[in-house]
Amino acid sequence: MTRRLLLAPVAAWLLVFVAAPAAILLAIALAEADPGVPPFRLALAAAGFSMLVADAYYLDALLSALGVAAMTALLCLALGYPMAIGIARAAPRRRVLLLAALMLPFWTGFLLRVGAWIGLLRDEGWINGMLRAAGIIEAPLPLLYTDGAMLAGMVHAYLPFAVLPLFAALLRLDPTLAEAAADLGARPPVVFLTVTLPATLPAATAGFLLVFIPAAGEFVIPELMGPPEAQLVGRVLWQEFFQNRDWPVAAALAVALLALLLVPIRLFQRIEARP
Amino acid sequence: MFRRLLPLLVLIAATLPAAAQERVLNVYNWSDYIDPYAVARFTRETGIRVRYDVYDSLETLEGKLSAGRSGYDIVVPTSEPTFARLLRAGALRPIDRAAIPNWRNLDATLMERVAGIDPGNRHGAVYLWGTVGLGIRVDRVRAALGPEVALDSLDILLRPENAQRLARCGIMVMDSPTDVLPSVLRWLGRDPNGHAAEDLRAAEQALMGIRRHVRTIIASSSILDALATGEACVALTYSGDVIQAQARAREANRGVEVGYVMPREGAQLWFDMLAIPADAPNPDAAHAFINFLLQPDVMAGITNHVRYPNAVPASRPLVDEAVRNDPNVFPPPEALARSFVAGTPPREAERERTRLWARFKRGR
Repeated sequence: MTRRLLLAPVAAWLLVFVAAPAAILLAIALAEADPGVPPFRLALAAAGFSMLVADAYYLDALLSALGVAAMTALLCLALGYPMAIGIARAAPRRRVLLLAALMLPFWTGFLLRVGAWIGLLRDEGWINGMLRAAGIIEAPLPLLYTDGAMLAGMVHAYLPFAVLPLFAALLRLDPTLAEAAADLGARPPVVFLTVTLPATLPAATAGFLLVFIPAAGEFVIPELMGPPEAQLVGRVLWQEFFQNRDWPVAAALAVALLALLLVPIRLFQRIEARP
Repeated sequence: MFRRLLPLLVLIAATLPAAAQERVLNVYNWSDYIDPYAVARFTRETGIRVRYDVYDSLETLEGKLSAGRSGYDIVVPTSEPTFARLLRAGALRPIDRAAIPNWRNLDATLMERVAGIDPGNRHGAVYLWGTVGLGIRVDRVRAALGPEVALDSLDILLRPENAQRLARCGIMVMDSPTDVLPSVLRWLGRDPNGHAAEDLRAAEQALMGIRRHVRTIIASSSILDALATGEACVALTYSGDVIQAQARAREANRGVEVGYVMPREGAQLWFDMLAIPADAPNPDAAHAFINFLLQPDVMAGITNHVRYPNAVPASRPLVDEAVRNDPNVFPPPEALARSFVAGTPPREAERERTRLWARFKRGR
């Protein structure tokens, strides 16, 4: 009984903020588009979903979004491991400072940080300005509106989600294990690959997914920093919703993205459940 | 505890009736599209507080209104396609002329051009209007294309050999198929409102021919910034944005000279309409605001500030001379005669256009 009572808030939360929105989304995906307020009529139509299957454009957008999200998550891990190791090994007082330095940028608005990146990368921006002042280049390098700019923005936005679980796992990891490996003659890269990485794999998977899942639907960074050809699912969703005003297709696309994201989440549960 | 809270509760209770009586007007307008002084003056004269919110694309406006209960009292959709579509969806409230004595200040000929979609002009008054054309850095374009080049045509952008030579100094196109495709079709000598397969194919071919040379395809507000800082040397966008960028560049005084090119092929003409959403919470305040805006001195102030022409002829003598005599702000009659108004394509054609646009953005 007490257990049920304790679970009640969780269940209510899931019902109101997960199940209900998902049901509404599905209802709109199955509705018929119709000019009006709101621009659809509830029905049981498959037009939204059949559109996704009929036109390769949508699958392309889904797959390229997953590709960019995976790339972002891997880059976050590659940067996150050295950072997390460094923070975990620091003296406790410095550790607090380092964690604060990691989190501090997150206290400023998300759009503000994207705006700052744009200020750095634009033709008349800081980086081009400095390179030009140093006489290294004559004409500004095209930095903004490239895949690199988009990835830099995404990695910056999501990095803490990768670092924090790694940090927590590394803190729990017995340092004598690594010392023992070193004593037995393993060089640092070997120690990392044979001791640290396997022992923190669940945390790395968690970090990967915490970055991968929100990054897959990202709209703002590809729109403001990415090249026009990066038509990821977030932007295509926006187009269907705002330009075509076809809410059923937009909702169907969102449902498809959700379904695709369930695969990695399921995989993660397997890794977690492993003894 | 309660005793300590008591004065606070009394204080809250005392302010409640006042808060309930305070009248608020929620305005949703394009960014950089009003004289801030006019808003302050409206509040001073009427006691109505203004909550002012902005958008930078019609899609954002329409998306919010389509969801219903947007909470806005005044919106400023462009005549075609958004105003027309909102009308058809029943999302706009008929305007009560009796509450707007200044309605008579409106230019009848301009209002007539909108009456085709809003018979009897029952749902909107023209606020500002303008054309679609090219913002250019005159010196850079001359340097790239030769000093003799005629700066009066979309040839500058749409001829691939020109685009290629201009690519290095930055070509931008506003991210709006509804505001770009009609001009491209007109340049091709086709019906600007054509949406037959061959029309769209021709437009796509023309756009793809310059795609490699286009730096980015982005919201018009970003283009305004890029023109003002000199990062774009050719940009297809709204006339008033170019003229605002020109003013900003002059203020910054960093040697960036921006010019506007109204295409001689015939420019797309658009009207931004003052309208009231069907479910506006304060329609009375909305009527008062429209009435306030349609005064000649208020409109002159707005045109001076945003550099778009208005629809109140009596404001013309009050507009700064430099703005009044700028042919890019107030196009001469012969240029207006060649201009056209874009229509609202049917839904399926709209998807074809959006898809074409997505291919243009992706470059394949």
